[in-house]
Amino acid sequence: MKVVELRNVSFRYAGSERNVISNINLQIEEGESVLITGPSGCGKSTIARIIMGLIPHSYPGELSGEAYVLGMNVFENPVSSIATKCGIVFQNPENQLFTFSVEDDVAFGPENLALPRDEIRRRVDESLKLVGIEHLRYSSPNSLSGGEQQKAAIASILSMHPSVMIFDEPTSMLDPSSSVSLVQSIFKLKESLEKTGKKITLIIIEHRISLLLNHVSRIIIVSDGRIVVDSDPITALYEGFKQGIPINIPPVLQIFFRIKDKCGLENPPKDLKELLTNLKTR
Amino acid sequence: MVEIVVENLFFKYHDAEKYALKNINLVIKERESIAILGENGAGKTTLAKNLNGLLKPTQGSVRIDGIDTRSLSVAKIARKVGFVCHNPDHQFFAETVEEEIKFGLRNFGFSEKEAEKKLQEVLKIFGLEEYRRRNPFQLSGGEKKRLAIASIIVWNPELLILDEPTIGMDYAQRQNIQKILKSLVSEGRSIIVITHDVDFAANICERAVVLSRGEIIGDGSLRDLLSNQEVIEKASLRKPFLIELEEELGFKRFEEDFDSISEFLIRVFPRCRS
Repeated sequence: MKVVELRNVSFRYAGSERNVISNINLQIEEGESVLITGPSGCGKSTIARIIMGLIPHSYPGELSGEAYVLGMNVFENPVSSIATKCGIVFQNPENQLFTFSVEDDVAFGPENLALPRDEIRRRVDESLKLVGIEHLRYSSPNSLSGGEQQKAAIASILSMHPSVMIFDEPTSMLDPSSSVSLVQSIFKLKESLEKTGKKITLIIIEHRISLLLNHVSRIIIVSDGRIVVDSDPITALYEGFKQGIPINIPPVLQIFFRIKDKCGLENPPKDLKELLTNLKTR
Repeated sequence: MVEIVVENLFFKYHDAEKYALKNINLVIKERESIAILGENGAGKTTLAKNLNGLLKPTQGSVRIDGIDTRSLSVAKIARKVGFVCHNPDHQFFAETVEEEIKFGLRNFGFSEKEAEKKLQEVLKIFGLEEYRRRNPFQLSGGEKKRLAIASIIVWNPELLILDEPTIGMDYAQRQNIQKILKSLVSEGRSIIVITHDVDFAANICERAVVLSRGEIIGDGSLRDLLSNQEVIEKASLRKPFLIELEEELGFKRFEEDFDSISEFLIRVFPRCRS
């Protein structure tokens, strides 16, 4: 089943002279995990806003094409009905935390789904645990550091158990080891929910490709408002490299792509050690 | 030239039980490039805000060129110590990019003609020319970040503090900001970068101050500190790629230039020479 389908979508923000995205065609199947990357200002976040229906409902501008999420026509349904199935974690966590305690923020979604009290409590516990902020439960979101706010924002989406989750730079403010563990917990959550028979689709917008490379099944590169590459991760990055698109290709692949033909290397190495081991063998 | 001396600084937010910073001692001089590193919630931003007077010490002191920050206005300090917030939305208030950039210049007494000239220079450096009349709040994440830096750098403060400058930046912009910061240091300015991006820090900073739970656990050469496994683990960091490469190959000092690193590897490994 297709969970996301964009057909020939173009959008121009009010006040801007050019289209931020042009003729986007995109299909995402249920259960996929997709990384969307590309130069800053290329239209990545705009695509996320369209999938959520925030465009056209909250952002004025000129829109054309068609967009469907889980079979719902995005442009004809209110954001509130899309949001019950499709959760987004924004680039800036402060834009989505608004109550006086982390617990209230995380409970807000389930409360609005009118879930039973025990279930709400269970989901709040589970979500706080997954991102590792149980100790911040009663803290005010305002008093948290940037990284802690980001975790709280993610917990507030996880508690909704959405079937499509969009993350717009979910780890931008986290330290390296928290970023790695957060990404792992997102994928662990996907796995554990899938054991119960529920399929989760992940759409992640990130500049830090190295964090997600081993987790996603597909990479889409957007450049100047168009999808220029869409394939399996390594092929996508090699294509992006050849086209000279300024994306953050992990250093070890930057080198691998440059020397692989000359040095007769076939398989992309997972880290520097492996690259050097391969180079040493004759 | 600016010198900041931090002595026995303790800081506690007014509603908090615990100290966010404990017993911080630091001296920052001209021509320094310092990375402040540490895990989430370690106190990095709190320290930066104490350096530019946005926060005043609970105990101890921060002196800028000999004067205690408690007796200086934030505006006065800002002329010398520029601060780029991690969240650009906190910094913006003007209706256009142009006004945002000119605001500081006007307040610091630059003439309209000078301000216009500086505006054009900085728009060009940061690739923001086409956004001159756009609303700052409508820019993309990476564009906002560039504007936030441009609007501070434009008045050329003697010390520039940047809180997570590379968030939302692509490879080309990251290289660009690296180049800009390096040239500031070579002109005799100082920079302090708060970042989780250890590769970025390793490319531009000589010195690192590593914080963990509000205390300094390391202050010295960035290369030494980020080769130290104990410091890396304690502060939830990661070894920068270039340091890893140097250790693996036993060579010192690579620059972040993948073309020349690749050429080097092709030269060294026999299997690449057929």
